[in-house]
Amino acid sequence: MMRRLKPFFTFGLLMAVFMLSGCSDMIVLDPKGPVGAEQRDLIMYSIWFMLFILLVVYALTAFIVYKYRDRKNHKGYDPDNEGSHLLETIWWIIPIIIVIALSIPTVKSIYSLEGPPEESKDQKPLVIHATSVNWKWVFSYPEQDIETVNYLHIPEDRPVLFKLTSADSMASFWVPQLGGQKYAMAGMETELYLQADEQGTYEGRNSNFTGEGFTNHTFDVMAMSDAEFDKWASETKADAPELSKGQYDKLMLPGHVKQMTFSSTHLDWVDHAKNPEYALDARERLGYEEKLPHSKAGKEEKKKREEEMKKLEESESHGDSHAH
Amino acid sequence: MKWDEFFVTGDPMIYGADVSIVLTMVGILFYLTKYKKWKWLWDEWLTTVDHKKLGIMYIVSAVLMLFRGGVDALLMRTQLAVPEAKFLDSQHYNEIFTTHGTIMIIFMAMPFLIGLINVVVPLQIGARDVAYPYLNAVSFWTFFIGAMLFNISFVIGGSPSAGWTSYMPLASNELSPGPGQNYYLLGLQIAGIGTLLTGINFLVTILKMRAPGMTLFRMPMFTWSSLVTMVIIIFAFPILTVALALMTFDRLFGSHFFTLQGAGMDMLWANLFWLWGHPEVYIVILPAFGMFSEIISTFSRKTLFGYKAMIWSMLLIAGYSFLVWVHHFFTMGSGALVNSVFSITTMAIGIPTGVKIFNWLFTMYRGKIQFTTPMLWSLGFIVNFVIGGVTGVMLAMAAADYQYHNTYFLVSHFHYVLIAGTVFACFAGLIYWYPKMFGYKLNERIGKWVFWVFTIGFNVCFFPQYFLGLDGMPRRVYTYSEESGWGPLNMVSTIGGFMMGIAFLILVYNMYYSFRYAKRETTGDAWDGRTLEWSTPTAMPPFYNFAKIPEVTGLDHFWRQKQAGKVEKLKAEDIKPIHMPSNSGVPFIMASFFFVAGFGMVFEWMWMAIFGIIGVFGTLFYRSFEYDDGYYVSVEEVIETEKISK
Ligand code: HEM
Ligand SMILES: [Cu+2]
Ligand SMILES: [Cu+2]
Repeated sequence: MMRRLKPFFTFGLLMAVFMLSGCSDMIVLDPKGPVGAEQRDLIMYSIWFMLFILLVVYALTAFIVYKYRDRKNHKGYDPDNEGSHLLETIWWIIPIIIVIALSIPTVKSIYSLEGPPEESKDQKPLVIHATSVNWKWVFSYPEQDIETVNYLHIPEDRPVLFKLTSADSMASFWVPQLGGQKYAMAGMETELYLQADEQGTYEGRNSNFTGEGFTNHTFDVMAMSDAEFDKWASETKADAPELSKGQYDKLMLPGHVKQMTFSSTHLDWVDHAKNPEYALDARERLGYEEKLPHSKAGKEEKKKREEEMKKLEESESHGDSHAH
Repeated sequence: MKWDEFFVTGDPMIYGADVSIVLTMVGILFYLTKYKKWKWLWDEWLTTVDHKKLGIMYIVSAVLMLFRGGVDALLMRTQLAVPEAKFLDSQHYNEIFTTHGTIMIIFMAMPFLIGLINVVVPLQIGARDVAYPYLNAVSFWTFFIGAMLFNISFVIGGSPSAGWTSYMPLASNELSPGPGQNYYLLGLQIAGIGTLLTGINFLVTILKMRAPGMTLFRMPMFTWSSLVTMVIIIFAFPILTVALALMTFDRLFGSHFFTLQGAGMDMLWANLFWLWGHPEVYIVILPAFGMFSEIISTFSRKTLFGYKAMIWSMLLIAGYSFLVWVHHFFTMGSGALVNSVFSITTMAIGIPTGVKIFNWLFTMYRGKIQFTTPMLWSLGFIVNFVIGGVTGVMLAMAAADYQYHNTYFLVSHFHYVLIAGTVFACFAGLIYWYPKMFGYKLNERIGKWVFWVFTIGFNVCFFPQYFLGLDGMPRRVYTYSEESGWGPLNMVSTIGGFMMGIAFLILVYNMYYSFRYAKRETTGDAWDGRTLEWSTPTAMPPFYNFAKIPEVTGLDHFWRQKQAGKVEKLKAEDIKPIHMPSNSGVPFIMASFFFVAGFGMVFEWMWMAIFGIIGVFGTLFYRSFEYDDGYYVSVEEVIETEKISK
């Protein structure tokens, strides 16, 4: 029997090695800010518990299966053994204890993640509105009065309060290295605090399925020093073009766009958290109609979109004033 | 509507599918006509109300759906094997994962289990049939028709592509126009009717039709798990029915329950969906638990350890299953208190589940374990299911779930639970009760190959996905970049997927091989079983199950009789005429009208929908005036069938 179980053990061992060696390479376990770090700690804490449970169950299984396999001179057979109050009580109580041990830090983290990180809670957070549209992200900086599309600049060591909403499908705003996600929904606003403690560029994305362009519904987050951030913001305010309503309406059409920068925000005329119909109305104004994906018209539409995407990738210029 | 909107065109794979569908149909028609099988098909199968035959039809459909869902899975895994693959485009991938998820859960896992329940439960409780045999046929045919309606979407009109969760507003007319999403709504609605009816039918059957002496606490574990499952079905499925109906109104009649316009609430859909969807997970896992209890006890040759604790933990799980749905959207911003409460209730489900695991282990303790194939699947279940279980607890910790949500960590978790739980159980139960259904066992040697190839493939496929999840790979992406670094693990995962595909082929070969060569059973007790289904004298129970209804004196009645050497022989003088229900073609015809109605609604051809609905009501009307009280099987026929010499 041991021979038969061998593949299991070898495999398990391999996986364990794999896991321990690979840990720091996995971005969720390699956070660059306090929110992600708190979540990493909780995850690692639970992983140790779970490995322990697996170990107990596997050891017990292996022992019982080996010892009581049917064979010649089988010993210890007791067919009418129906249970044991003592044993059963033990395995009602142990999982209860484990659940309590996991619940306490979980609840603590849930509450602490609702606000800005502990280490920087006396700083005023930078507020950024993140709006998801199929399949792009619009970021508005109300204080700086600037707006970017598909990229973000944030100062390091300072909490950022994201106010999330969506113009159409339900999306999820996620920057794995900075911390866990939250949904962005039309008709309402959710809030998420994140913070970067290291300079660098982090990948962010929508992780809630939003249809055809979902896979490339991504953005870059660039964390920089306070001074650099302020410089960027004021330069943008001075140099970037204003966002016109017509331009913004065009952004409401489904599809990807390159990174863009503007010296005003759409918050002046629409808040999708209060007006969930805006994007659909804009599409109607522009005469856009969603095509059946399998029809001739749908396929032509798709080809058109793909060509636009290609052109976009080929064009060297990165947005109106933004370069990196 | 134009032709190019009706038939799906332009993809060589779809043309291939078209051709193979037409060829298969022609082949079947040709075979039935050439060998004059039409009458046989109609009399023996299409009109049957025998729970065993309905069960077999459920299982056959489920295996076909496993094939369909499995092909979908391999197409996806092929696309994901390497970065930037061009095998499937985005739309196609989205349609495939949507149909894969829906088919696997609604049209594979559930019918597979319901099929086994159909075959086994009446036998286990010593009954001749279910409480409402005619209704049972209606259940099967509505499930089957719902499945067929959903399945044709990929060649006619295009498949749904909003995920099996169909979140609004993505699934609305504005963002998912066309028939695809309607297929989802109507296919699930029609099949759901059948499921709800099954819930009621088996609840009554188990409560009312037990053999004398079989008290609730003498019922076999599989029957218990089925009972609890039926209760969950009865509470959960009406929620789905209402939710689907509301979305259907949104799409077909312009209402605004979940839409972006008109103050619709998309989160209301998510809540309703998971209020049904989470209990649904237990609908497909509890019968599996019941099966493993039977199999582990049988092949450890020992009473189940902690029988009562097993039952209480199941009842607890059933109750809890309605109290945890929010864990599917911790990230929706419900606030710290709500997330904390649902974190804890979700983790708490792990407690009774853990208790069950230890009880199974201690059922083997001091037993005499035989490594038959059903037992191997059960051991494999324990070893693999705990991985799904512990990662489930990890997901339940909301603050951590903010990172796992919608990633491959989740994909891996639910496949560990659904495959190592439900699918392993389906295989185990199928092999275990195969002799009851067909009169011979599946070959054990080939069966062991299936087990090892499948189980290893399963781990190779899904274990790496935990790491992909922690490395930030979201679910439902159709491709990824080279720089993401997800390539190697995805390749490993795909290899594992194909190993499972190969194992499935070996399983099918085993069915063929055993049909040709397996030794036929001579008694009804192929595995030296413990419960009443093994007590019929012929290998396959006759259509009336028991010539004489057994009287039960305790748990594992049949086993204890055998131990005491006191198995009663059936005597001719004990036999009385047996009342049985007549066959009926009405359920099949009614379901066909459901198809017409559903198809009409999918394409918004209201004349057709109305015609179909009138047909459905017509068959109901017809049935209500049909005074058929069944018939009696004569004593002579029973004596003949049971081969009793006078
Ligand atoms: C042969 C084994 C299987 C393989 C290789 C497989 C593979 C996959 C893949 C690649 C996905 C898509 C992941 C994504 O893109 O997010 C998926 C999703 C899914 N699978 Fe499976 N699967 C298998 C068996 C099953 C079984 C047996 C069930 C259920 C009983 C199941 C239920 C689901 C569900 C519910 C989804 C989610 C669909 C959605 O996101 O809407 N799978 N599977
Ligand atoms: Cu909301
Ligand atoms: Cu759930």
